[in-house]
Amino acid sequence: MMNIMKKPSVLLGALALGLILSSVSAQAANEQYFPLQSYRVGPYAAGGTGFFGGFIDYLQYVNLKEGGVNGVKFTWSECETEYVVEKGVECYERLKKGLNGAPAAATNPLSVGIAYATLERSTADKLPLITINHGRTDSTDGSVFPYVFPLQLNPYSEVSAIINYIGDKSGGLDKLKGKKIVTLFHGSPYGKETNPILELLAKKYGFSLTLLEVPHPGNEQQSQWLNIRRIKPDWVILRGWGVMNPVALKTAQKTGFPADHIIGNIWSNSEEDAAPAGTAAKGFISITTHPSGTNFPVLQDIDKTVLKAGKGNLQDAKRFGTVYYNLGVVNGILNVEAVRVAQAKFGKRPLTGEEVRWGFENIKLDDARLKQLGAYGLVQPLKLSCSDHEGGGAVRFQQWDGKQWKVISDWVQADRKLLRPIIEESSHKYAKEKGITPRDCAKES
Amino acid sequence: MLYRESGQFSTSYLAEGRLFKLYQQRWGFYALLAFAFLAVPYLGNDYWFSAILIPFLVLSLAGLGLNLLTGYAGQISLGSAAFMAVGAFAAYNFQLRIDGMPLLLGFFFGGVTAALVGVVFGLPSLRIKGFYLLVSTLAAQFVVTWVLTQFGWFSNYNSSGVISAPPLVILGHDFSSPAGRYLLTLGVAAALFWFAHNIVHSELGRRWMAVRDMDTAAAVIGIPILQTKLLAFAISSFILGIAGALWAFAYLGTVEPHGFDLSRSFQILFIIIIGGMGSILGNFLGAAFIVLLPILLSNLSATFLAGVVDPGQLENLQKIIFGALIIFFLIKEPAGLARLWQAFRERSRIWPLRF
Repeated sequence: MMNIMKKPSVLLGALALGLILSSVSAQAANEQYFPLQSYRVGPYAAGGTGFFGGFIDYLQYVNLKEGGVNGVKFTWSECETEYVVEKGVECYERLKKGLNGAPAAATNPLSVGIAYATLERSTADKLPLITINHGRTDSTDGSVFPYVFPLQLNPYSEVSAIINYIGDKSGGLDKLKGKKIVTLFHGSPYGKETNPILELLAKKYGFSLTLLEVPHPGNEQQSQWLNIRRIKPDWVILRGWGVMNPVALKTAQKTGFPADHIIGNIWSNSEEDAAPAGTAAKGFISITTHPSGTNFPVLQDIDKTVLKAGKGNLQDAKRFGTVYYNLGVVNGILNVEAVRVAQAKFGKRPLTGEEVRWGFENIKLDDARLKQLGAYGLVQPLKLSCSDHEGGGAVRFQQWDGKQWKVISDWVQADRKLLRPIIEESSHKYAKEKGITPRDCAKES
Repeated sequence: MLYRESGQFSTSYLAEGRLFKLYQQRWGFYALLAFAFLAVPYLGNDYWFSAILIPFLVLSLAGLGLNLLTGYAGQISLGSAAFMAVGAFAAYNFQLRIDGMPLLLGFFFGGVTAALVGVVFGLPSLRIKGFYLLVSTLAAQFVVTWVLTQFGWFSNYNSSGVISAPPLVILGHDFSSPAGRYLLTLGVAAALFWFAHNIVHSELGRRWMAVRDMDTAAAVIGIPILQTKLLAFAISSFILGIAGALWAFAYLGTVEPHGFDLSRSFQILFIIIIGGMGSILGNFLGAAFIVLLPILLSNLSATFLAGVVDPGQLENLQKIIFGALIIFFLIKEPAGLARLWQAFRERSRIWPLRF
């Protein structure tokens, strides 16, 4: 039997080496740092490369075009997470201190799991955690979650907007009565998150709702779709993820359900979700918080200043203007805007996470400001506050024409008044569990 | 001959039963414990505690749990992560639903719940062996995750199905700082390693090894197979359950059932295969290899190669190096890193003489 005596000698050597490396730091510069917990390999690489490509390109664009914000340039470094939670946590801890003296502004992991695992750390470290279009619904309540921002759209708003759209299509929300809607959801916490809200809306508007679960990963859906054929619903809401989406579309075609009555949610809305289904995807509708395409001044400008100069981050230039890339750009616009707002209050210098958080809470993007940014139509009007960390809650609907997405609607707003009490109930439960006293938002300036 | 062993004799049964018979080993071990408990909390920083030491300790503990079952009792299992999940969710619920439940008692009951579930999934081991048993423990992996996702009660009807850590307070002391969480993890891990080490050297440990080596022969000499195997499942799952609770509370803070998926089970299995089956030390070595080496590689490449090589390529490069190292070590010593260390010690005993 061996003993435990000298167990870590090998380990200590390795650790010591790492310690030396991590303690290297240089002089503070006039820079603002973005720690990027990116993922470029693994099963979700398509999303990661697109999103972080767009994000980096936008930061690069602001650096090249305006020399940063008020002379404070952006800097960033990447740490590969592979969408794996522990790796994301390790990256968070590694990068949170900033880079060469440039303080970190906010973290943007684009992963639900990593966001959950770093949620309390972010709060303790006073570093904003941005979960654009996803994340924990009740973190919308900024009085309980001061450092978490599910920007633009949380999962509840998502389904509410879809139901509003269906109501619109049927000629008014009162016409929803008696309609049949089936929701096909991914068998995971993410997939189930919106079920209670759908049930609530079904009761409110009087449509009949059937919830069908597709077990992870969802590459076999024959029985679910046979069920759907039996029910003959007016609409199917697809709350999918990854491979589940194209399989759903193909199986729908096989069982004879029309694709143009399937509405995909925010994780079923990319080129990567529709294209693999081939012709079966033609007509498929999905929601999006931002149109794909390059037809916006800001994207044209990025193309000119960054991509044409050979400084773009994308390996495959054809992905410029896709859903994930544009989401990265939108995310970049919002992060940079928060820094800009915060600088107006705290001074033209690199800011701490706490100051950037104030910036996020005071973002106010109206049509005029969006036109200034060249992002009118790309980003929805957004106004955040201490109590509201989501801001928008609007989506547009797009349809797959077999090759690309075509936007088919204007902004459709979620019924946020209806959702707010439910969100607050949940956030207060969390506050009670954790012993948090919610901030008094009336006193925040 | 780095140190002298001569002249040290056991003069009582108590002394003979000692963990470390040489006083050099003993003092070395005490020094190491003192270093880990007293010096590290002052030397380390947030990054070290939260990103390196805590996951390393928790996975060592998880490795220990599986090693008792697989390395000592010879029952292969792929359900380790499921038992961790049971421990984490049970500890959470005990904490939540019983007012004033002390944290460590919550961990203990989490472990006990995991042990019960472990026994249920261990029942097939009485009839099936080897790869077939592997398949039945795989069922645990899927059933547990499914149940925890399906029934909202387990996560207190959290809309996202996640649980988050209760306040980490023991006897009025707050352990929620990174150093505190490290000490909590270290304390629990040290206690369980001591427990496991004693079990392995007890009669039960001998029975496990007898069953592992040949269960028919073990039955013939009067070892109760049913009891022995089920105890292995229970104790293994108990330790895994507590490791799961630590993973959820001391390391991540918030977890979803999906965090304990099949790949975590594989990770734990690799820890004991690379570290060494049937070895206590091997769990640390294996966890160090699996957890720390990729972090080291990633830190090194971030320092020296960032900006030079494309980040995606860099990540793949690290995977290639890591994979190559696994192959190298398994060829060099199929019995694991612990065996390598043992061989090194045997040589250093007689150094500078050869063999």
